[in-house]
Amino acid sequence: MPVLYSAKCGQNAVLKRPKTGDTLCKECFYWAFELEIHSTITNGNLFKKGDVVAIAASGGKDSTVLAQVLKTLNERYNYELKLVLLSIDEGITGYRDDSLKTVLENKDEYQMPLKILSYQQLYGWSMDKIVAEVGRKNNCTFCGVFRRQALDRGAMLLNVDCIATGHNADDIAETVLMNILRGDVARLQRCVNIITITEGTIPRCKPLKYTYEKEIVMYAYFKKLNYFSTECIFAPNAYRGYARTFLKDLERLKPSSIMDIIHSGETMCIKENVKLPDIGVCTKCGFVSSQDICKACILLEGLNRGLPKLGIGKSSKANKALAALPNPRLLHF
Amino acid sequence: MEKGLNITTEFTSGLQILFNNIKKHKVVLPETENPWTLGMLLFWIKDNILVDKDKCDLFMKGNTVRPGIIVAVNDQDWELLGDLKYCIKNNDNITFISTLHGG
Repeated sequence: MPVLYSAKCGQNAVLKRPKTGDTLCKECFYWAFELEIHSTITNGNLFKKGDVVAIAASGGKDSTVLAQVLKTLNERYNYELKLVLLSIDEGITGYRDDSLKTVLENKDEYQMPLKILSYQQLYGWSMDKIVAEVGRKNNCTFCGVFRRQALDRGAMLLNVDCIATGHNADDIAETVLMNILRGDVARLQRCVNIITITEGTIPRCKPLKYTYEKEIVMYAYFKKLNYFSTECIFAPNAYRGYARTFLKDLERLKPSSIMDIIHSGETMCIKENVKLPDIGVCTKCGFVSSQDICKACILLEGLNRGLPKLGIGKSSKANKALAALPNPRLLHF
Repeated sequence: MEKGLNITTEFTSGLQILFNNIKKHKVVLPETENPWTLGMLLFWIKDNILVDKDKCDLFMKGNTVRPGIIVAVNDQDWELLGDLKYCIKNNDNITFISTLHGG
């Protein structure tokens, strides 16, 4: 039996929205989906007229949908933004090389300039080489830390006003759960912020913060967007995977769980007597860091000295180990 | 004309790795006493076209699809159609879309 669209436009519904339970036809779904992101952008003051915005593009569903929607909204609502694509090539054969092909197609389709920066260029190490050194257990630490800094470096090279990332509601809820499980109160506060501004870095924003993964996938499916969908070959069972499975189980029981968890993250406050790390700059590379030497430099130092495990675990231990090494060499960036 | 139902099943967004990297499968469901439902189809897929049986838990959990897999019948969300209870019709196009991969 055909199900009519909740707002009775006369068309048959094609999907049930997980967030609201509304049943919508294709056109009304596009309209609702795009309008919600537009409200997220305007309510959160994510952009100013004339901003140059780098879209962190991986070729995956989230960044592909983000690029498509930002282009649409920029034209529809006259944001007057200049949109550029910024991609990081971690150097993972059989994964990133393929997904970057998708980004190249996006570049042509959306007519946006594209900058690709590689780990090899920035750090002298590709993820393939890093995995050969450290094995498959802790390699995600390297990839995550290096990517964060690589995006900042790329954004500085492009001289942009802000970086937009494709983090969706499910990603953020997962991160809230992970930060609770790890007791990481500093990150727990930061991960739910729609804009993160740290002195000395380019602001980052998450226009898809309240957008459900299911809707992103359905949007891409109905619009026949071209995206890359292979799981990273190095991380089949990483910690996030467990949080994700748990979240998806919860979502099935109660679709609002995802919004509820984000809401919890937003409303939790840290007791005044809890000491949060001071943000300074790394004494080696000058990038923002809560330690004297940033995690990226410690990891890199470990790799270059043949001690790849150096930066895994507590930074204070690594700093001691570093200080104990004869003639600590300066890192070249 | 074959007895039973002619349908197309499609596995996308990474799910095809469980099916020898073939996305589209035209299949014939054998005649049964009870009408074919999506719930029955899942088990039939598992027994008949799933190649990587060791990884079945990436496709199914309990009697349904693994949470995070979206099912569409002729481009319509199965949640609108009674999900597992939907009665399959001849020439239906049933798509399984994974959301369980990086963004």
